[in-house]
Amino acid sequence: MWFEQIVFWALAAVAIGGALGVVLVRDLFRAALLLATVFVAVGGFYVMMNAEFLAVVQILIYVGAIAVLFIFGIMLTRDVQRGNAPNRLQIPAGVISALLLAAMVFTAVTTDWTTLAGAGRENQAQIAQTQAVGIPDATELTRAGLSAEEVESVAGSGLADLLIGDFVLPFEAVSLLLLAAAIGGLALARGRGR
Amino acid sequence: MVPLLYFQLLGAALFGIGLYGALARRSAVLIILSIELMLNAVNINLIAAASYLNGIGRFAAFDGQIIAIFVITVAAAEVGLAFAIILRMYRNRGTINVDEINILKW
Repeated sequence: MWFEQIVFWALAAVAIGGALGVVLVRDLFRAALLLATVFVAVGGFYVMMNAEFLAVVQILIYVGAIAVLFIFGIMLTRDVQRGNAPNRLQIPAGVISALLLAAMVFTAVTTDWTTLAGAGRENQAQIAQTQAVGIPDATELTRAGLSAEEVESVAGSGLADLLIGDFVLPFEAVSLLLLAAAIGGLALARGRGR
Repeated sequence: MVPLLYFQLLGAALFGIGLYGALARRSAVLIILSIELMLNAVNINLIAAASYLNGIGRFAAFDGQIIAIFVITVAAAEVGLAFAIILRMYRNRGTINVDEINILKW
């Protein structure tokens, strides 16, 4: 119990401190490295929230690809020496962010999330119907002769089941988006002519 | 277990910091960095909802995680495109400070 609390507060300190560093530090290169540490800390939060797959995805994509791309971009644009000066909007920006933060904290504290989620309960039958194609539950699987280990591994595959099942259209659309972004990035960076 | 509220407050804090960075910095690269911070804050919220409100009413298992996967994918695409634009910007104008890029201003 207290171990989880300690891990949470340590990760929170790393994440918030790193995020503050990203926006306040003058050296762009350090900002990118700090952002990578924030990504790792956020991956730790994902593990705490039982989203192990997303934690791995977070490390692979954010730390492995996006952070490296940031460093690459910073090196290519040679802005390291000139640093990362704030613009003239610092005070209004701070006020706006503080106001939004206050509004979000107020909403998070005053809203009763479990009741809000339960408000959809009258649609439960309908939801059950639309998700009828989901994975069979544990008792059915043991009846079908699977070992306890296999049952557990099937239960953990709910994400993949949803991704290829109910969410297959966004899944395909996002692959198209990635293709378009890759081609667009190439065309933009290459420039016209040649 | 750590209460859901903690994760929501953490997400809110990261989002606020990211918003400040996106508004108050000059470098286009740092604006993209701050946008990534905000996307991460949103992902924390989504996954916290998926994990804590799982099975209550409309929150079916894994729904929040699915949305987080799409957010991560779109973020990757966005960073790739943004850097292509920043590289063009640097090559054409010699700077990536957004307040010096004012060719749309009259």
